[in-house]
Amino acid sequence: MQSINMELAQYSELFMLIAAFIYTAAFMLFAVDMIRSSATIRRVEAELAEENAAERQLVSSGAVSATAAGESGSSSSGERVGDGSAPAAPADELVDEEMAYLGTRRPFANVAVALTVLAVASHIFAVASRGIATNRVPWANMFEFLTTGAMLVAAVFLLVLTRKDIRFLGTFVLGLVVTMMVAATIGFPTPVAHVQPALQSPWIAIHVSLAVLAMSLFTLTFAMNVLQLIQHKRELAQLAGDTPRRSGWQFLRLVPSATSLENWAYRMNAVGFVFWTLGPLITGAVWAEEAWGRYWGWDVKEVWTFVIWVVYAGYLHARATRGWTGNRAAWLSIIGFACIMFNYGVVNVYFPGLHSYAGLPE
Amino acid sequence: MAEKRENTYMPAGHRDGPDPAAGGTSASRADITPPVLGIKGMFRWAWTQLTSMRTALMLLLMLAVAAVPGSIFPQRVQDAFAVETWIEDNPGIGEVLDFFQFFDVYSSVWFSAIYLLLFISLIGCILPRAKKHWQQITSPPPRTPRRLERLPEFGALELQSSAAGDAADGPDPDQALQDAAAVLKARRYRVEVRDSSVGAEKGYLKETGNLIFHIALVGVLICVALGSMFSYRGQKILMEDEGFVNALVAYDNFFPGAYFSEDQMQPFSVQLDGFERVFDRESTTHFGQALDFTADVTTQLGADGEPQSQELKVNQPLTMDGARVFLVGNGYAPEVTVRDGEGEIAFSGPVVTRPDDQVYTSMAVIKAPDAAPEQLGFVGLFLPTSADAGDGLAVSVDPELGNPELQLNSYYGDLGLDDGLAQNVYVLDTEQLEVLNSREVDAGGIVLSPGETYDLPEGMGSISFDGVRDYIAIDIHYNPAQQGVLIFALTALSGLVLSLFLTRRRAWVTVETTEEGRTLVRYGLLSRGEDFRLRDENIALRDQFEKKWPVRAPEEES
Repeated sequence: MQSINMELAQYSELFMLIAAFIYTAAFMLFAVDMIRSSATIRRVEAELAEENAAERQLVSSGAVSATAAGESGSSSSGERVGDGSAPAAPADELVDEEMAYLGTRRPFANVAVALTVLAVASHIFAVASRGIATNRVPWANMFEFLTTGAMLVAAVFLLVLTRKDIRFLGTFVLGLVVTMMVAATIGFPTPVAHVQPALQSPWIAIHVSLAVLAMSLFTLTFAMNVLQLIQHKRELAQLAGDTPRRSGWQFLRLVPSATSLENWAYRMNAVGFVFWTLGPLITGAVWAEEAWGRYWGWDVKEVWTFVIWVVYAGYLHARATRGWTGNRAAWLSIIGFACIMFNYGVVNVYFPGLHSYAGLPE
Repeated sequence: MAEKRENTYMPAGHRDGPDPAAGGTSASRADITPPVLGIKGMFRWAWTQLTSMRTALMLLLMLAVAAVPGSIFPQRVQDAFAVETWIEDNPGIGEVLDFFQFFDVYSSVWFSAIYLLLFISLIGCILPRAKKHWQQITSPPPRTPRRLERLPEFGALELQSSAAGDAADGPDPDQALQDAAAVLKARRYRVEVRDSSVGAEKGYLKETGNLIFHIALVGVLICVALGSMFSYRGQKILMEDEGFVNALVAYDNFFPGAYFSEDQMQPFSVQLDGFERVFDRESTTHFGQALDFTADVTTQLGADGEPQSQELKVNQPLTMDGARVFLVGNGYAPEVTVRDGEGEIAFSGPVVTRPDDQVYTSMAVIKAPDAAPEQLGFVGLFLPTSADAGDGLAVSVDPELGNPELQLNSYYGDLGLDDGLAQNVYVLDTEQLEVLNSREVDAGGIVLSPGETYDLPEGMGSISFDGVRDYIAIDIHYNPAQQGVLIFALTALSGLVLSLFLTRRRAWVTVETTEEGRTLVRYGLLSRGEDFRLRDENIALRDQFEKKWPVRAPEEES
């Protein structure tokens, strides 16, 4: 077996630390941005007012009016908005339902995003160099699973940010990433090393990476579904006639509507579900057969993998069952995530089973 | 609401349950007198309930909840011994839980009931859905709605006409219809051109995938059941230079499926020629961690097969005519000779010890029931690299054979083997025995290095430690249906991908001539089920139409 490159391993640990520090800074800036939501909202409102004024001018000049069909293409984007195709926006809607960038200045959030990019770069180096140093995949124990998972969560967040304005998730995502990094370092510190024979299989590359990927997606949707529930409550209060300023946080005005959050969470959960089916479930069973002789043996970890799969399957069905969409479906997604946390944090550490690879000190 | 239901696309292929709030009958539940149902009616009612989406969802959630106890309580499928211990440690509650099958959760009546109901519900939904889907595939796209502008996505284009004084001349209505049909066809719609409209639909594969997913799940379940009927598995400990022939008598433990018959066992043999362990010798933090186990074996298929040298490793099982051989454990077997008080050999051979930790501190039990005048028993530890821990207690400090040592207590008396009851070879019940050697008695414990012999007190005999051999533990599994499980699981997965990521869309295009003599094209889009990109489809369609025809800019209207 090839020796471990200790020098590279040390660099890996250094850059892991650097990444964690930058994440912490980014987290704080996202938090500041969240606290300063009122200021952002004022800016958005001012911009909206300006736009409205401009539009009114156009209308009065007679440039835009209904065509004979009453429906011909209008706006600059060349698309036509059909009847009821867009849900009627509440009067104080400040964000786009499709989560597109609106061009409002949010300096704190922007710096936070930039810092996150820096941190992810450092993090990727740390994870990759750990893998190169040990000549294996860098996700073979609790420490590595957490750090790789945190990297993926942050990377997926950035990736989505390139297309969609989900900066409203920043505080949550970065908070989670920092928590994961801290938990890895304090809870499961594991020096760079080779792994035991049971883990030396090509399947670890596929099985575990798909699990991490699915878990990072489920983590993001968890945040969205929690926000969805809060947002839904705010929307109800608003319908009941409460003034937005009195009901709840200003921050929520920068968060898309509950329906929009629900739809996006659903799309991501669908992808996560496919990953979960292929990763933990199918490749897990294939590897279990190869290592232990049976593809399914109701080991504690297998039980919880199954439970999680069934819960998210329930979630997908709930979305198509009357009376189960909206809040109830969101709760199912949240329960699914709770199961994932339990499966990872509790089962790995406290339950005796075949997946006791935590690398925990005895 | 009724229309909504028509357009709602179920991922599971379940009809939705009756919704009291929907439909024209606004009467509340309390006002409805339940009609008298006959047996047939009752059955139909039960069937409708069972196959409703809501019931399926409930069953799914129940399945998740019902699976949880299996991770809390020890399960017989994994460790029957742990179950007995648990029941003994928790008298009362243990028996109650056992009665309710909490130690056999996954074969329990209640767990089986849930998943069987779920699958019946699933089949009950798939069959009508498949029929309906087949009808839709084989029939033309649905008729054109009268008011396209009521559809979720709609667009209209007025084409230029030189007759009305425009710069360019667009196609006449018939040509426009043909063009629209061509555009839709290029976008992979199934298209039907009608009198003054085009009907189109695409994404049939979504429903097909959905059906495939659910049918494949049934396939998985059937294969799992078949596997548990016709499979067998067993365990065997194989000493260095020892062979194993795949026959019932050769196994240490054997677990046959319900329909197992002995003549289905593959005729093969495995002999352990050598075993090699590699431990980490470089790392300071993980010094002594196991890195590699390799068993050199000679295998032979059938009585007159060619003997083959093969490597058996963790994660690299051998396949012998469908049966699979796995390396699941290894350890040291000190070779011991026990002589009794009369000088006769009462036991001789390697003793399988069970490693307990990373440094192979191993439990050793030796039983010599043939010894005379008294039966002899030994219990203790085998330490591969023994070192003094400081207080006179020896511990193993390394997994390899640096300083092998046997540390034993000895006993004499009736070992309890003569009454024919099966006993665990790794456990010696010392309660009924007299102590010969132990740290608590004057004679002290037995400490032996290879080559040494110890004479037992009171002339009871002697024990000698002759050497150390390696052993491996192998599992033999045969499951003829597990490939079926994999194939169905992968089929289900591909069906899932199709059903989740494809979209079923309908499009209609109508054409008419305006008063000014221009051609007016309208189109509408409708998705069935979750479709977040219908707007994009609208834009794409519009782009293509605009490329195809000279479209009159809406600004020129007034």
